[in-house]
Amino acid sequence: MMAGMTDDDRVFKALADPTRRFLLDRLFERDGRTLTELEAELEMTRFGVMKHLRVLEEAGLVVARRSGRAKLHFLNPVPIRLIHDRWIDKYTERRVSALAELKTELEEEMA
Amino acid sequence: MTSTGETTVTTQVYRVHIKATPEAIWDAITKPEWTDKYGYGGRAEFDLRPGGAYRGLASESMRSAGAPEVAVDGEVVEADPPRKLVTTWRMVMDPEMAAEGFTRLTWEIEEGQGGVTKLTVIHDLEGAPKLAALVSGEMEDMGAGGGWSWVLSDLKTLLETGKPLEG
Repeated sequence: MMAGMTDDDRVFKALADPTRRFLLDRLFERDGRTLTELEAELEMTRFGVMKHLRVLEEAGLVVARRSGRAKLHFLNPVPIRLIHDRWIDKYTERRVSALAELKTELEEEMA
Repeated sequence: MTSTGETTVTTQVYRVHIKATPEAIWDAITKPEWTDKYGYGGRAEFDLRPGGAYRGLASESMRSAGAPEVAVDGEVVEADPPRKLVTTWRMVMDPEMAAEGFTRLTWEIEEGQGGVTKLTVIHDLEGAPKLAALVSGEMEDMGAGGGWSWVLSDLKTLLETGKPLEG
């Protein structure tokens, strides 16, 4: 049985939406933006942008911090790194080692 | 602020949730026997009071590859164990990054629910574009490591499993 939503589930769910990926791309270009700045990039109501930012914050992909009177949104790449390090590496390593084995076998056949 | 109302922010923010106590995370950041076990490795030396010295020594493998003894230096600005550590931070291994001068690094540790602690790293990199590229992980393909994301991912693995990622 799956035990509720995990951190990884929240990340994949957040990334499954094109608007949210667009917001992350804008923060990747220039980090630490206000809601008003992000809203200007999208044909969407302020409320709609807030809802998407909330999902990104819950997944840990965006961290909001106060700077004076402004609330700035920062891209947090750590959750993606965690998935990369724990999940994707596992499969790429297996593929690489399978290729290495194939190379050894073929070379042995040729010898 | 520019005329278009855009803010230029040179701060990078990284956050990770770790199943460990705030004290364990504090020790992993400040104690040399811990700092040697994850990320770039190397023993850290802190004099944990305002104005106290901070040195991040190069790991053994870095030194055998020709690195100097000290990789990072700085000064403690604020030490509030196990909640907050602020230091100045200068990479001295690379002459160009050393010339960019001191940046400001903040570690925030916040106890959450269910034994999970929130760790946030705030690196203010004003005037240090080269160091900003390094710590963002942009230079990973050049063998410079994956920056703060990689360090925090490795720290999480170490504290939760007792072993670092590549261990």
